[in-house]
Amino acid sequence: MIIKNKTVMEDDSLVLRLAEGESAASVVVPAGKVIVPLQVWQAQRATLQQRADVGVWLASDERAEDLRDDVQKLALIAVDFPKFADGRGYSIAYHLRARLGYQGELRAIGDVLRDQMFYMQRAGFDAFAPRADKDIHAALKSLNDFSVTYQVSADQAQPLFRRVVRGV
Amino acid sequence: MYRYDSFDHQITAERVAQFRDQVARRLSGELSEDEFRILRLQNGLYMQIHAYMMRIAVPYGLVSAAQMRMFAHIARKYDRGYGHFTTRQNIQFNWLKLPDAPDILADLATVEMHANQTSGNCIRNITSDEFAGVAQDEIVDPRPYAEILRQWSTFHPEFGYLPRKFKFAITGAVNDRAAIAVHDIGLQALRNAQGEVGFRVLVGGGLGRTPVIGTEISAFVPWQHIISYAESIVRVYNEYGRRDNIYKARIKILVKALGITEFKRQVEADWQFTKDGPCTITQAELNRVAAFFTAPAYQSLPAVDAANAALLDENAGYASWYKRSVKPHKVPGYAAVVLSLKKTGIAPGDATDTQMDAAAELAERYSFGELRITHMQNLVLADVKQSELFALWQAAKKLGMATANIGLLTDMICCPGGDFCTLANARSIPLAKAIAECFDDLDFQHDIGEIEINISGCINACGHHHVGHIGILGVDKDGEEWYQVQLGGAQGNEAALGKVIGRSFSFEQMPEVIARLLQVYVRERYDDERFIDTFRRIGIEPYKTEVYSTPVEADEALQAPDYELLKVGMPYDMPYYSPRF
Repeated sequence: MIIKNKTVMEDDSLVLRLAEGESAASVVVPAGKVIVPLQVWQAQRATLQQRADVGVWLASDERAEDLRDDVQKLALIAVDFPKFADGRGYSIAYHLRARLGYQGELRAIGDVLRDQMFYMQRAGFDAFAPRADKDIHAALKSLNDFSVTYQVSADQAQPLFRRVVRGV
Repeated sequence: MYRYDSFDHQITAERVAQFRDQVARRLSGELSEDEFRILRLQNGLYMQIHAYMMRIAVPYGLVSAAQMRMFAHIARKYDRGYGHFTTRQNIQFNWLKLPDAPDILADLATVEMHANQTSGNCIRNITSDEFAGVAQDEIVDPRPYAEILRQWSTFHPEFGYLPRKFKFAITGAVNDRAAIAVHDIGLQALRNAQGEVGFRVLVGGGLGRTPVIGTEISAFVPWQHIISYAESIVRVYNEYGRRDNIYKARIKILVKALGITEFKRQVEADWQFTKDGPCTITQAELNRVAAFFTAPAYQSLPAVDAANAALLDENAGYASWYKRSVKPHKVPGYAAVVLSLKKTGIAPGDATDTQMDAAAELAERYSFGELRITHMQNLVLADVKQSELFALWQAAKKLGMATANIGLLTDMICCPGGDFCTLANARSIPLAKAIAECFDDLDFQHDIGEIEINISGCINACGHHHVGHIGILGVDKDGEEWYQVQLGGAQGNEAALGKVIGRSFSFEQMPEVIARLLQVYVRERYDDERFIDTFRRIGIEPYKTEVYSTPVEADEALQAPDYELLKVGMPYDMPYYSPRF
């Protein structure tokens, strides 16, 4: 199950992770909806970009810029959080949305917990695959933790001081 | 001072509700300690040796009388009747219970306060000059900019999980009293040749395990762009700062690894996307925030109050306090006053609920209802009429806050140390107490003059030992506490890092070591030369010789530490409430 556009729904995508010893060039990408690692995408782009059901995931030490030429074609990009305390994924998401103009689904995968999801949403994620041992319906609630935010991010082009009349 | 509008209140209330829910989930076991730890740290809550500690944010060190009374209330209701003012101009309460934490935050919200981001790997509370707005050497009042940056950094969604903590300090004066060179970002507000306000920006300074003096990344960022510029610095750090080793994760390591030229190139490449964008601060927003920091209703007074001058001639005790505690003010007839929280026998920076209530009353009676907390762990009343200084002194004396030691030997900076902190290698507060008792004589202290002794119980340097004229660092040797001594550190415009004099000493040897260092100074000084200036002139060797040439006797009268007690740490997987309660 995942959360997408603030709704809990079935997850019909497979996240492909390279096993020890597998190479990005030779791994077989299964048919159906699949999210492949950036390296696999780069190694097999010629064939994979023919398919409409292939998404790409970025590791936290990879860069949004690596998908500069692909963001207009891809319908799904995921960012992996190896540990929930690894905050690089927030800047990756921000870059994809604010700098590269990515409009498709942006999904947080890996060690995704509800208490980080409000910030993730602000940084540009619109889909979340919370850790399987957690209650996904409870997690959904955290997306509404705050109704007011001070600063600009991917979800909000204007800071509070330009959006409202302050001092009231 | 700044007052919340409905938006600030809303955000603060929603934060309290969020944390209340998180605490409930921790207490029910739904959240593991590992998952909860980061959440509680971002709400200022630490798990210490005996209990939970909460660090409450005091934005740029400024508090109202009502807020000070709230501290007293928290001390009484939730703690053991006292609080501890810190080197980051905040206040900590040391004896809390987890289930009370949401109620404490709710109480704080009623006086427009919070504990947001006072810990954790995020942008921490921004510190500033305790004499902001009143100092004679001020060029730009930093407080409106500090408040604008506070709001920008509060719950910044991209920067909640940085590689490590991130500290800003801001000053607008000629003399830096905010220690901007030892912060991740140091901002010096100034005017360019055209009279326009902007910031000299330092980056990559810090203390801790690898002390570094910050490097200038920009000589002048116009004030309108300071949010976007800071954001680019933090973004590059978030992306490229090391996350594989906690000891190499601060921005100073990244700046050193890349070199300032390359780091600046990356920051300014990022900045090109946002410069002149919506983050640009508008004149209207600056005006709105600056209106909270206009001058209070000063009276027109003579530059020198004649009656006060006469009292200074008549009363030596008053004159001695005045010399140390009363600071010049930009408005004729007014003065800024430092209330000492360094009375010998009391942990440096501690204040009781009674003292806090009384300080609030003094602020209302003498200083337009506001106080400041200093990074030297004292309090300031910034706007006192000279004609009322004598009455203030008498009142402060009754409260134990008029020790005439500001800037002197017993005005030590000291971290909580091994008595409270799980990280400490050694006790800090008892050592400060032992040193203070040894040199308690005020005539002696006035003779020694200005000197800064800073004590940290471990390498994390909460006691700023690297920038003490004498810096003392607690180290662990086979489970026992020892103290390493450094000389020649300094804060401010001539910021410098101290040098270690040699092998470390036991607790019981330390007063004698300090005495020997002072003997060298007294022997070598010229006239009114300060301790630090003598050190700079003669170098470290004479001090080494004096300290190490003969064995240092241990002072047997000092209580030996209970090493078993020191070893009682509380790892994070311990129960989420202290079994002692």
